[in-house]
Amino acid sequence: MNFMPVILWSDALVFLLLAACLAGAWYIRQREHLLLPWRRVARSATAMVSLLVLSLFLLVGLLDTLHYRAALPESNGGATVYSPEVLSVFDKLVEPLRTQTEKTYSAPLALTLYAKESFSDAQGRVLRVYPRLKFGGVHLADMAQRDGDVVKRALVGALAGFAVGLLIAFCGAWLLLPSPASGITSDLAGVVPQPSRMASSSIRGIEGEGVQSKQDIFESKVRPTSLTPTLSRLRERGLGLPLRPMLIATLIIFTLIGITINLATAYHILGTDKVGQDVLYLSLKSIRTGLIIGTVTTLVTLPLALLLGIAAGYLRGWVDDVIQYVYTVLSSIPSVLLIAAAVLMMQVTIDTHPEWFDTAASRADLRLVFLCLILGMTSWTGLCRLLRGETLKLREQEYIQAAQAFGVSSFRILTRHIVPNVMHIILIALVMDFSGLVLAEAVLSYVGVGVDPSTISFGTMINAARMEMGREPMVWWALAAAFSFMLALVLAANLFADAVRDAFDPRLNRTGE
Amino acid sequence: MLAYLLRRILYAVPILIGVNLLTFTLFFVVNTPDDMARMQLGIKRVTPEAIDKWKQQHGYDKPLLLNSAASGAGKLTDTIFWQKSASMFVLDFGYSDDGRSISREIATRMGPSLAIALPTFLVGLVVYISFALLMTLFRATALDIAGVALCVLLMSVSGLFYIIGGQFVVSKLWHLVPISGYDGGLGGFKFVALPIVIGVVGSIGSSSRWYRTIFLEEIGKDYVRTARAKGLSELAVLFRHVLKNAMIPILTGVVVVIPLLFMGSLLTESFFGIPGLGSYTIDAINAQDFSVVRAMVFLGSLLYIVGLILTDISYTMVDPRVRLS
Repeated sequence: MNFMPVILWSDALVFLLLAACLAGAWYIRQREHLLLPWRRVARSATAMVSLLVLSLFLLVGLLDTLHYRAALPESNGGATVYSPEVLSVFDKLVEPLRTQTEKTYSAPLALTLYAKESFSDAQGRVLRVYPRLKFGGVHLADMAQRDGDVVKRALVGALAGFAVGLLIAFCGAWLLLPSPASGITSDLAGVVPQPSRMASSSIRGIEGEGVQSKQDIFESKVRPTSLTPTLSRLRERGLGLPLRPMLIATLIIFTLIGITINLATAYHILGTDKVGQDVLYLSLKSIRTGLIIGTVTTLVTLPLALLLGIAAGYLRGWVDDVIQYVYTVLSSIPSVLLIAAAVLMMQVTIDTHPEWFDTAASRADLRLVFLCLILGMTSWTGLCRLLRGETLKLREQEYIQAAQAFGVSSFRILTRHIVPNVMHIILIALVMDFSGLVLAEAVLSYVGVGVDPSTISFGTMINAARMEMGREPMVWWALAAAFSFMLALVLAANLFADAVRDAFDPRLNRTGE
Repeated sequence: MLAYLLRRILYAVPILIGVNLLTFTLFFVVNTPDDMARMQLGIKRVTPEAIDKWKQQHGYDKPLLLNSAASGAGKLTDTIFWQKSASMFVLDFGYSDDGRSISREIATRMGPSLAIALPTFLVGLVVYISFALLMTLFRATALDIAGVALCVLLMSVSGLFYIIGGQFVVSKLWHLVPISGYDGGLGGFKFVALPIVIGVVGSIGSSSRWYRTIFLEEIGKDYVRTARAKGLSELAVLFRHVLKNAMIPILTGVVVVIPLLFMGSLLTESFFGIPGLGSYTIDAINAQDFSVVRAMVFLGSLLYIVGLILTDISYTMVDPRVRLS
């Protein structure tokens, strides 16, 4: 084998989380009543568009999670030696971006470096000129051709991206949506009437199309295959998915990707940083760190908050007192200070035990995992308080009292009757927390208690770029890139979280559906 | 009332003891003073003598909990726990690594911190509530939707962006105010103006949305319908009824942070070079000055608990039904 798979701690946790999500999805798929709120999410245009953006981020993050160590070319005595550098599949995919480093700063799409350098020409005179980049735009003989070339490449990339987007959109529509025939059979044979379909047709009924959609369905039963899947017909059977916004979003995303790819092969689109690394590469690598901080933290928060919150609310008495005491103590310390104190101590531990780590990557990675752990340990109190309150309310309900009267054990009451009924609180809290954690990472890295300085993250990018604020002309591109990528990720997460909250919040009255 | 306050203060003591034990565990048990010494001295100069010297200089050359070498009460008092942790209860924070009294530093740095934090808090309160009332007044119209969309957008932007962007545009491009610095008295206005504006703008998204949710919850209640049925104008309903009744949830979120204003803001102060407690904390974190961080953790939780008690008192002021007993 010419590579050796490496599973870092954070990778393992991501896989664990992914497995849990898939298992959860499979479980929910079986149960119509659990599926109902998700259908509501699926009908929201903002939610689905932000989900598209999020899944793009997620794809980059996941590809960046599959790590390996490449074999070195010279084998000594037959035994393969692996490089100490831990790479990911994503690194391999964008290898030119990673390896084509310049000497130092260069502006986005620039052909020359940011700073002038001295050269001596053939006559021995010393010239101060902007040196050409080693990789950015080397195919151009004349610097004046740049603008035309950029426009041409962008256009070609946009067209190609648009075409690919269109293709993928139709493949997706064909795969995701039930074909007309199967849609009907499930409608007629389904024991459970599908609420979302009823809901969407009733909504269309308001628009005055309800009758027509019924006719469509029966028509399609007569000739199930010969229909052209036009947009409007797809919408009839599309589980109420907001297809038009999704299509537009897909096309925009793929056009942007097309432009990016076609330009990135020839230029440094977002410029380069102090040591000449491509800023686009850094931004893309930061996504994984942000996602891990936002998601792995829940692996700590969730069990703590769930166990303690429900135990406090259900068992009451001294258990409640102890748990309340613990979370009051933790939440009375300002969170940044508590995190700072814990991270400082973690640094001491890591620095005094260098023998624990075989590669620099595993050391930086463990620090990331510890940071998630610390963030989780300091942020479970809010959710715990919510769960305790809800459990206190639930345990007085008649159905719980009935279960108690029947002699059902406490454990069974908790798992069977209480936990499913607080799930919506957990879900809402977790999605709402995600964006806050991504933003917190940048602040913590600035304060000096964030991820390892060698880990590429939005925080370390901003921190490094901030030092160059005073330069003239200003080095703005790294800051702009980090902030825009972060904005896209956090905005999508916020919009999606809002839709999830609206769909799961039982206080909203939905009798109209 | 007095008896209630006394009970609340007594209830705060075990929490502070908990905070104290937690910091003690974090700073002295998870890592021994030897580890800290090794870290502070760097890898090269680590000899047992150097470690001992460092520990002695910083007063860490004592047993953790029980000093069996000492006699009488000294068994308990001549220990790290007593001298470094328990002494914080009488606000004796000891000395920082550069040998200055932490208590005096805190006293002198509270002023600049307040000069930024208090105006930010007050202006912010007015701006957020007005914006939220405006959105409530125009609820379910395009204006409201645009307002909420703006809020979501603003709260998705990193706090660092507001500071860096604000400094760049206002100070560097327009040259309106100096980039950073601080001066007491009236001359200091030019230094604190930008941090205050940025502080207010920075949390306009999340705060206004939060207030809007509170107002919308109130506006669905029966007394609002009664007030409208009386023929009151929508503005009168909002200001005379909704705002008053929304006071309890607003106070819950607001009063608790008032004492914490003394601590200042970490980011703002360090970006703008304000010599307050926030930048003191950041400097301590970067210099790995553990005694300062420990003092700040304790001070922060103390102020938080004061905030909780203040919140309870404030309830009695806005809601005559609440009696503290």
